[in-house]
Amino acid sequence: MFPTPLEKTSRAWQLTYQGLLPLALLFWLLPLIAVAVFSVKPDADFTNGNYWGVPSSFELISNYGRVFFDSDMPRYMLNSVLITVPTVIGAVALSCMTGFALGIYRFPGNLLIFFLFIAGNFVPFQILMVPVRDLTVNLGLYDTKLGLVLFHIAFQTGFCTLFMRNFIRALPYPLIEAARVEGVAEWRIFVFVVLPLMKPAIAALCVLIFTFIWNDYFWAVVLTQGPDAQPVTAGITAFNSQFRAAYHMMSAGSIVAAIPPVAMFFLMQKHFIAGLTLGAVK
Amino acid sequence: MANTALPASEAARLEPRRGWYRRNEIALTPWLFLVPGIAMFSIYVIIPIFQSFWISLHEWDGLGEMTWVGTANYERLLFDDRKFTVSFWNNVKWLVLYLLAIPMGLFIALFLNQTVRGIRFYKSMFFFPFVISQVVVGLVFSWFYLPREGLLNAILVFWGFEPVNILGDPSLATYGIIAAGLWPQTAYCMILYLTGLNAVDPEQIEAARLDGAKGWKMLWYVVLPQLKPATFIAFVVTIIGALRSFDFIAVMTNGGPFGSTRVLSFYMFEESLSEFGFRMGYGAAIAVVLFFIMLVFIAYFLWSMWRDEKEARR
Repeated sequence: MFPTPLEKTSRAWQLTYQGLLPLALLFWLLPLIAVAVFSVKPDADFTNGNYWGVPSSFELISNYGRVFFDSDMPRYMLNSVLITVPTVIGAVALSCMTGFALGIYRFPGNLLIFFLFIAGNFVPFQILMVPVRDLTVNLGLYDTKLGLVLFHIAFQTGFCTLFMRNFIRALPYPLIEAARVEGVAEWRIFVFVVLPLMKPAIAALCVLIFTFIWNDYFWAVVLTQGPDAQPVTAGITAFNSQFRAAYHMMSAGSIVAAIPPVAMFFLMQKHFIAGLTLGAVK
Repeated sequence: MANTALPASEAARLEPRRGWYRRNEIALTPWLFLVPGIAMFSIYVIIPIFQSFWISLHEWDGLGEMTWVGTANYERLLFDDRKFTVSFWNNVKWLVLYLLAIPMGLFIALFLNQTVRGIRFYKSMFFFPFVISQVVVGLVFSWFYLPREGLLNAILVFWGFEPVNILGDPSLATYGIIAAGLWPQTAYCMILYLTGLNAVDPEQIEAARLDGAKGWKMLWYVVLPQLKPATFIAFVVTIIGALRSFDFIAVMTNGGPFGSTRVLSFYMFEESLSEFGFRMGYGAAIAVVLFFIMLVFIAYFLWSMWRDEKEARR
């Protein structure tokens, strides 16, 4: 193990390390802690200039209550859910199929198609912006959730295909051969042999795509406007102009907006990290 | 039993009565599975890339007729647009400084690669900025930097320094935004290296230790070579992240003060959908330039992956 395991080091360093850990974490999360402190302060503290002192009263419930009952925040959150969940389902479904086709079969153009998916996934969004916006307007889907969902599914298919194909590649191939010899139809091999083995990959992709799409901002401002379809990342700017300079409210609002992916991460940590670090180990 | 052991192609030949689909099943199935994915990806990703090239040769407000202007947009960009120059050099700053996330992530990963009690909690907490949306990270940092209310200046004043208005100062603002961007990016690199360190061969480390290697030498000659795949991925995601930076700028400064924090991705957005009318052609031209900058890196990434694929086949 590198660096030297703590048990094999001097007593002094062991104690220093134990003390250093919480301090380092505190320092690392400082900006976030600042926001959390802001979000429970009363309005009066900001007018009195008591920014960093002890809150004069603890306003957790009233501040967060106002976020939920006194603003468009719940609508934006709901929009985010209605955009994110269908995208996750769509992108994962499409990429299970593309991953299966590219991972199992040998045919001319296989690698070419695979690399096209990877390359498209690296492209800067901006080069897609004008044509995709135009297409969405022409389809009558501008400022709708469906317009965003369709684009997200298509774009995420690139990354998901890379992920799925490499995962399927690592499955034991004799399994598929055995099924073929038994005369099992190809689509049944997909449904009954490959899909059940892909569960961990599907779980990992679901959490990853959920986080990516929930956190998307660029496409939200390009393809939607207003509280009917905008997700929470874009809605937060409208929220902030409603509570201009009311830092306690803006802080509470951003914390609420950030919670779903954070909760997803802490609940599905193993899958999340497995997905994110795919390929980091050979 | 002997019959079932025949290869699929043999079986197909022996059964001429089966339908055309059944006979060509192995050749057809991959394409049937690929059609929906390829269709979506072409419509929304591949074709728009070419459309952008086409649009960039026109003047277009997004609604009316497109007017052919040839390379005029590019000529204006390259020779007659100070905003473009500023954005380009800011992109270079982003590229170079964002790469700091890799050594910083490695450093934290080495710091956390121990087996003390509660270390899993620490690892998740160090990683967790990456999960928060860039919009929220941007907001959090812009409040952190506030000249009067911000924690940063509260700390500076406490230690007897002059307060600084980072996002209000044209010479500092870009660096302030990059620092905010480095926060989640470092967390990402850290998790890549933590996973990589987990897979480092302990026998090699022990052998090197017996040979008297330790500290920097051990890291450089024994550990880092084994972390190469993690470094490659960290490099890919960091470069792409740097060139995609948009959210932070839009949220933290909106390009200001005095346009000093614009980057190409932001400038492109501003030109195409600005309040002074949509200049889609000009915006597309900026996007094409950004695309070519990215293409250098994409080509390198693809080439490395292609090489690995070839090796895997052998």
